[in-house]
Amino acid sequence: METLFTPLQSLTGGVLIGCAAVLLMLTVGRIMGATGILAGVFTPASASDWSWRVVLILGMMTGPWAYSALTGALPVVSSVATPGVLIIGGLLVGVGVTFGSGCTSGHGVCGLARLSRRSLAATITFMASTTLTVFFVRHVIGA
Amino acid sequence: MKLAIIYLIGVLFGLGISLGGMADPAKVVNFFDVAGSWDPSLAFVMAGALGTTAVGYRVVLARSAPLMERQFVLPTSRSIDLRLLGGATVFGIGWGLTGFCPGGALPALGTAEPAVVIFAGAMIAGILIAKAIIAATDHRSNRETVRI
Repeated sequence: METLFTPLQSLTGGVLIGCAAVLLMLTVGRIMGATGILAGVFTPASASDWSWRVVLILGMMTGPWAYSALTGALPVVSSVATPGVLIIGGLLVGVGVTFGSGCTSGHGVCGLARLSRRSLAATITFMASTTLTVFFVRHVIGA
Repeated sequence: MKLAIIYLIGVLFGLGISLGGMADPAKVVNFFDVAGSWDPSLAFVMAGALGTTAVGYRVVLARSAPLMERQFVLPTSRSIDLRLLGGATVFGIGWGLTGFCPGGALPALGTAEPAVVIFAGAMIAGILIAKAIIAATDHRSNRETVRI
């Protein structure tokens, strides 16, 4: 399915993501990594360590509604997978980001911004793995 | 006060994800489909996010401490090992299959779209399974470390 190329809107979205990452570091000194923030909800160091994570995630979930207030509609979330594939893919993502200590936001944005070699290695690896997977699904088995 | 500010930072992140198109699996997968219906938009999301964070972190991390806590909490591990690269590979397979990554899925959950609810449930199960495996193996493993 074709999607519209939106360079300016996407760049603006990226700048907002970056601002959020910088503000989280400035205020509470934490990396804006979705993996670490979510995983810590299940193994918090203390009650206050739990509450900031939950509140941050609730804020993230409000983001589409802020988008709706600005544009008049919720953002499009058009799934490309069947429920079975969503479950398998979700499990793989959960296991992968936990062993890999991060995802697109943690390694790809915050880690690279800190010039971390570890994050660069992880980012190159998952970008390549994702590209190969999409190629395989769309052009080899032709789903 | 602190939690209210953190909440607003979350809203800002979720708005950026929504605006950038990262909450839409079709758009994400098209970014990786260079041989098909390629949509380069996500490169602009990454460029905007990375550029802003790189500059902002320079300023913020020059401080001795954040505004509301005693210290910065930064990752200390520097090893590039099998766990890191294997994990990243497995993550990429899941991302490619579904078009959802954790940073895209958490904001997308706000729309209550069934697909993202299913994905997020499985992702959380995956996180818990991996944590259990790591906890069970950590004390007896001496991981091989490749330094580059």
